[in-house]
Amino acid sequence: MNDMLEHCEGGPWDAVGNAGVIEARTARVGEVTLSSGRTLPDVEVAYEIVGQMSPGRDNVILACHALSGDAHVAGWRTEQAQAAGWRRSDGPRWSPPSAWVGDPDASPASAPKPGWWDPLVGPGKAFDTDRYCVICANVLGGCSGTTGPSSPDPATGRPWGLGFPVITVEDMVEVQARLLDSLGVERLLSVAGGSMGGMQALAWARWRSGRVASCIPIATTARLGAQAIAFNEVGRTAILGDPAFRGGAYYDRERPEHGLAVARMVGHITYLSDASMRDKFGRRLRDRDEHAFGFETEFEVESYLAHQGRRFTERFDANTYLYMTKAMDYFDLAAGVGSLAEALRQACRRWLILSFSSDWLFPTYHSRELVDALASSGAEVSFAEIESPYGHDAFLLEPQAQTALIAPFLAGVQAAETAERGGRR
Amino acid sequence: MSPAEILRADLRLMGELIPERSRVLDLGCGDGAFMAHLRRKRDCTVRGVELDMEDIAAAIGRGLSVIRADLDGGLAGFADRSFDVVVLSQTMQVVRRPALVFREMLRVGDQALISFPNFGHWRVRSYLALRGRMPVSRSIPYSWYDTPNIHHTTLKDFRDFVAANGGVIVREVPLQASGGHAKRVRLMPNLLADTVVALARRATG
Repeated sequence: MNDMLEHCEGGPWDAVGNAGVIEARTARVGEVTLSSGRTLPDVEVAYEIVGQMSPGRDNVILACHALSGDAHVAGWRTEQAQAAGWRRSDGPRWSPPSAWVGDPDASPASAPKPGWWDPLVGPGKAFDTDRYCVICANVLGGCSGTTGPSSPDPATGRPWGLGFPVITVEDMVEVQARLLDSLGVERLLSVAGGSMGGMQALAWARWRSGRVASCIPIATTARLGAQAIAFNEVGRTAILGDPAFRGGAYYDRERPEHGLAVARMVGHITYLSDASMRDKFGRRLRDRDEHAFGFETEFEVESYLAHQGRRFTERFDANTYLYMTKAMDYFDLAAGVGSLAEALRQACRRWLILSFSSDWLFPTYHSRELVDALASSGAEVSFAEIESPYGHDAFLLEPQAQTALIAPFLAGVQAAETAERGGRR
Repeated sequence: MSPAEILRADLRLMGELIPERSRVLDLGCGDGAFMAHLRRKRDCTVRGVELDMEDIAAAIGRGLSVIRADLDGGLAGFADRSFDVVVLSQTMQVVRRPALVFREMLRVGDQALISFPNFGHWRVRSYLALRGRMPVSRSIPYSWYDTPNIHHTTLKDFRDFVAANGGVIVREVPLQASGGHAKRVRLMPNLLADTVVALARRATG
């Protein structure tokens, strides 16, 4: 192990990327019928597998990513590892020349960046890939390998753009289910995710309860409130109002980077908290001691947001941003029934629900509504609001507190599943 | 004799007061030792409420379901009469609003099972009487200014408290819990019991 890993020994931030180099995979799952009634032909899914599937395929956990995530949940991408001078050592293991600790988004673009949930997924971590097999797929409508608005419409051979059908969280889950079918995975030990990933986990637990033993929704909600929908709408307005947007048909010309960057900047503010922004930026100026009396970037926080916006346009598609935020706005776990309790009556049995004290985008009371609805249905539900200054982003940045609860929870689920299987024999 | 051993003694006895296959809510469930005991020995359906994160992690590690909440906020979210027995073990003296907690227990459960240290015990009385200082003992090992125990009570005061808050005491088990195992106290319980276990129900219905 290198110096950095040794230096950080002791916490979940050690062993950054210890899941190793993870191969990007693709599956074709055929035609998919959507909630809207429309069909999508020949859907492709980008996914990754971390850890070994057991012979009985009974140790599989589905990790669901949030709005800006992708299939790369943990470890390192092959090409990044090679570019950064990693070498393949024994077997599937790769050795890093250096590793980097902290907020993945703040790392220089050239540095190898571990997967979005790397602090929680890997050997010895919350989702211990020495015991469990973690699968993560880019969601339907995404822009990182799975069919979405930037994919070619088979009818024309050109990118779908706004011709892509509007999709829902349930549609994302349908595609994940089809992927698992193709991998021969009948039942998930758990389905977990934060934010929009948590919505997918909830959709699994309600509508596909027979296929999941447990659910770990984190910093999420059964339905967005007006405030969160409002912020999504600001982001969409920025994109739709960018002159380069051109009705979503921008793929062969200049892209609506300004609009997408503004959407990301607004989003980023909602992922942080007053306390974390005060600590991280305060009123500090960047590269100057006095005010410029102009409108260039002066404050550290401005510089940070501008950087985040710019970086985002390099890897994300504006149309996908529109479709993802719409899917979140439409999501309602209690849709079609009178109450959340009614919706969850037939849901999977074991739950661990987590929220964060400073998350004002998905506040704790949203999680408590889920907890109370589940408690009245007799489900086995554990819940904790974790103290954190990091706002909504805490689900990516608080590995210790989450690991302390997720690891024993999963062990308990696995033991219960084993006992129940034994009882049935 | 450590506080943990005292706890075990009164918990064992409390377990015997809970009918088999009851639905039990344990408030301030700690690491879930009592819940696990009820599930294993009494075949109960158990749920816990706890504030301490390490305790919650330990209870989840036993395969138990625990909700993180502050009892002083009440039990909003738990439906009326959703449990047969609600347990408050050695916790009443640390909550800020014991009356609220007690009324909530009888709202969500048919019966409230409570254990608490008896401040009327002769050793506590004599400590204050003879030394003129706030009692500090092995079972109450804190100085007055840094104790989590902010609502000490005696057996007699507890009886008034239950009646004043819409409850009726069904069983009252005064215990002499120092000395390794819990022993029942028959005579002069408010003087001779250092721990009290009591089962209460709603006064009406």
